Amino acid sequence: MIHLSAITRTFHMGDQAVYALDNINLDIAAGEYVSIMGPSGSGKSTLLNLIGLLDKPDSGYYALDGIAITDLSETEQAQIRREKIGFVFQSFHLVPRLTAAENIELPLILSGIPVAERQKRVASALQDFDLQQRALHRPAELSGGQRQRVAIARATIMQPSVILADEPTGNLDHQIGAEVMMLLENLHHKGTTLIIVTHDRELGARAHRQIGMRDGKILTDQSHDAH
Amino acid sequence: MTLTDTLFFSFKAIVSYRVRSLLIILAMALGVAAVIILTALGDGARHYVINQFSSIGTNLLVVMPGRAETSGAFPGTVLGETPRDLTLKDAQLLGRLPQIKRYAPLNIGVAELSAANLLREVTVLGSNANLIPIRHMKLAQGNFLTQGSAQSAQIVLGHKLAQDFFPRSQAIGQRVRLGENRFLVSGVLAPQGESMGFNTDEIVIIPIDYAQALFNTTSLFRILIEAKSHNDIQSAKQAILDTLKQSHDGEEDNTVITQDAVLATFDRILHALTLSVAGIAAISLIVAGILIMNVMLVAVSQRTAEIGLLKAIGATTIDIRRLFFAEALWLSLAGAMIGFMLGQFGSLLLRLAYPQLPAWAPAWATLAGILIALVTGILASLLPAGRAARLDAVIALSKK
Repeated sequence: MIHLSAITRTFHMGDQAVYALDNINLDIAAGEYVSIMGPSGSGKSTLLNLIGLLDKPDSGYYALDGIAITDLSETEQAQIRREKIGFVFQSFHLVPRLTAAENIELPLILSGIPVAERQKRVASALQDFDLQQRALHRPAELSGGQRQRVAIARATIMQPSVILADEPTGNLDHQIGAEVMMLLENLHHKGTTLIIVTHDRELGARAHRQIGMRDGKILTDQSHDAH
Repeated sequence: MTLTDTLFFSFKAIVSYRVRSLLIILAMALGVAAVIILTALGDGARHYVINQFSSIGTNLLVVMPGRAETSGAFPGTVLGETPRDLTLKDAQLLGRLPQIKRYAPLNIGVAELSAANLLREVTVLGSNANLIPIRHMKLAQGNFLTQGSAQSAQIVLGHKLAQDFFPRSQAIGQRVRLGENRFLVSGVLAPQGESMGFNTDEIVIIPIDYAQALFNTTSLFRILIEAKSHNDIQSAKQAILDTLKQSHDGEEDNTVITQDAVLATFDRILHALTLSVAGIAAISLIVAGILIMNVMLVAVSQRTAEIGLLKAIGATTIDIRRLFFAEALWLSLAGAMIGFMLGQFGSLLLRLAYPQLPAWAPAWATLAGILIALVTGILASLLPAGRAARLDAVIALSKK
């Protein structure tokens, strides 16, 4: 489903080129549960952004669902982000002036889905994530766990084929973090590809496939059976 | 993203940033209101002056002695001569011209009016019976120099004078003394108030012969002439000049001004004034536009994370650009509408405060004010909207 070959991404720090991704070759099949681990600056977030089409490689080839992403226009990439990819961020990234329901509705609005259909899907998402009581609250009035639930509801409302989570529990305490992981893993059980970036070993170990990164290179790539 | 959603989403953004939005709308509204009120004032002044000037007569020409020339020295000054005076004979000659409906010779002076043990100085107009209709004056009572009484010592009193001198009794038929002569009050003017800075309520009108005797002169101050129709004005003017030149031994030493020409001049001057005032007010609109741009730029940097998120969940650069564009549109639309209402309200207050001033903003000014508001608002949003659309999603998201 995800096919990366010879991907390179460099940043310039002063006059020095820093390899965020150095000749990455990676294939992820549909429905896989993958964790990407590594220390800060290892390039794991850059890899996730690149898979999520937020970043472009300097060289290399990237195909998602058989579509060569590197050839697409900005508008076409936006459409793929909309329809195939769901993002979950460490700091939730909810729009502070919108209610929980409105935040969840955002991707539907961007896709131009009619109001009646939107309301139906938001209502069912609120139910799925146990947020009915919080639908009209703004992010500032929600707890961290509730915020991340809103963010996951938003990431899944378009029924994407892949969920990309960047340190999804990084701002949550252990108990709430575990609940959030349960939610994400439930999505995986329903067939969604789940890719999680973390530097928490325990969390990374829950994934069926663990990729270790350092200095922009993939060091380890281990798979084990579902537990 | 559909158009409705774009408009709705940006509307919600405006409502959430209440103070910011209200300040921008206020700036826009004040600009539009300034355009409307100032042009209402300018155009009202124009109408006021034109009404005043129209009210003094119809198809009016005024003959004055003397002539302003720009070419060379005035011959009279070299020879020690003064320009020839206008005389009653001149007036009668002009009265025979085919283009002319009627004429009124005019002398103006000041004399003491006394009656019933009261005394005051009054402005005296000496003329003939035609003065009343030519100058659009109205008699409340009586008449002035009607046929058959052309040589009698009649006097017409202004409304206020009649009231002051004869508060209890009928003024008509009373005898008054003006200077050394006694006059019979034959009419009282209807109250007219000020007209061209000249209060007709406090004047008296006597026959021209008596006025010339009173002021000891044979020359006329003015000859007022009414042309037969609007089309006759130009040929009447030429005929008057020719006639007077002939009777003054070939010397062109008189000036004829037409009411039309003066009106047109006033109209032009005051129209230009209105335009320039509108232009100054429009500058405030452009300032408001720059304010919108500034605030939108701040909004873009404040909402960087939001823009990054929108991109991450699939907003295209066009979507983002349109969102900010729509925000500016809402702001300037609201500003224009509130400004329109403020402007109309201000004009209304002006009209209430100065009933004589028809302070209505002309349609072109209102329309221009609103259009400039919308256009500057939209233009001002282009730069911030473009900047928002170009934001790099990864960097935008990493900002808190």
